[in-house]
Amino acid sequence: MQTVLLKYNAGNIQSVSYALERLAVDFEVTDNVEKIQSADRVIFPGVGEASTTMNYLKEKKLDQVIKNLKQPVLGICLGMQLMCRSSEENNTTCLGIFDETVKQFIPTKENKVPHMGWNQLTLTNSWPDRSAENSSVYFVHSYYVPVNGFTTAICNYTLPFSAAMKKDNFYAVQFHPEKSAKAGEKILKSFLDL
Amino acid sequence: MLTKRIIPCLDIKDGRTVKGVNFVDLRDAGDPVVLAAAYAEQGADELVFLDISATQEERKTFAHLVKEIARHINIPFTVGGGIGSVEDVAPLLEAGADKVSINSSAVKNPNLINELSKAFGSQCIVLAVDARKVDNAWIVHTHGGKNPTKKKLFSWAKEGQDRGAGEILFTSMNHDGTKNGFAIDPLEKLHELLTIPIIASGGAGTMGHFADVFTFGKADAALAASVFHFGEIKIPDLKSFLNNHQIPVRL
Repeated sequence: MQTVLLKYNAGNIQSVSYALERLAVDFEVTDNVEKIQSADRVIFPGVGEASTTMNYLKEKKLDQVIKNLKQPVLGICLGMQLMCRSSEENNTTCLGIFDETVKQFIPTKENKVPHMGWNQLTLTNSWPDRSAENSSVYFVHSYYVPVNGFTTAICNYTLPFSAAMKKDNFYAVQFHPEKSAKAGEKILKSFLDL
Repeated sequence: MLTKRIIPCLDIKDGRTVKGVNFVDLRDAGDPVVLAAAYAEQGADELVFLDISATQEERKTFAHLVKEIARHINIPFTVGGGIGSVEDVAPLLEAGADKVSINSSAVKNPNLINELSKAFGSQCIVLAVDARKVDNAWIVHTHGGKNPTKKKLFSWAKEGQDRGAGEILFTSMNHDGTKNGFAIDPLEKLHELLTIPIIASGGAGTMGHFADVFTFGKADAALAASVFHFGEIKIPDLKSFLNNHQIPVRL
């Protein structure tokens, strides 16, 4: 019964692994393909730039591995964006799990970019646990996924965007549950309990 | 709605919090991990740890401490103090810090901002600017506010943004330690000038000062040390006060 935290050049691997430690979860940080494929759950973290990260995943052939996984997979932040078809960040072709384009926020006087700090979740009907409604969670990002048919939670910043998505076994969150205090721990825990 | 952030700042020397910290009900308020956990529990939105170590040996203790903080704290935190190169930053981020702040070293070598934001992303580079109003100009100071420079606050903050800083942490030395309120006017001007978030620092004395810095200073976040450390303002009280004043905060 193991959770794998995908090891690659993402900036928040350490933070996610500490969060898993705090939840007393049995997990392994690895890029070993067999271990990833046989894990019960896979967490796909991400902080960084889209094209560099996609190139790294392709080099390691992890791109094919990730999109063909059958167990529950959770993409976090850039991990979620890379699950989409493409990103405006350096015109990057991504994994294509969600058929969506990742767009760049346009700053306004009142809304600075990056969108950095605590913002609230508005759940759609497909989010399983209603207690997360209105939870404040921590965001840091300059690109966003528009609201679409897979959106399970919406956040509002310059416009409503996807704070979370789900398609089959693929779960994705734009915020950082590993840095979102108790609200984040709860969301992480609900994925780990799947 | 994006909420305004409340950020306690802890000064660290040789792995311990300094300044007399008088935090009720803590077994060891000198232990940064214990103190940080208490702040996180109370609803602090972020934390800043400033390393004021003087020696190389003490700096090593700090790097180790960052790891312990990251292990125990479930909110974002920034570390700063004595960072002068890409090589200084990598181990801090790898240890689990979310952001680093740079100050004197960036004034000396502005290109450092470009290098760091390119290497690690703008979102984790905080440019800290200490400035003092002399006659009618806001003069940037380095080395904990000791040394005046030729740089001016507004042009330097703008340059920092253009070079890739993700946030500006502005401390008014005229206000720091006075408990008479934040420097509203320059903050409001920075807000007009910049498209990146601004953290206000220096002068917090009452809860009303926090309401003012968000309402009139348009700050995205407010940082304070002693009012929190001495329990003069409790974070849950501050949050509900701000909420009552229609300022968006995480409750």
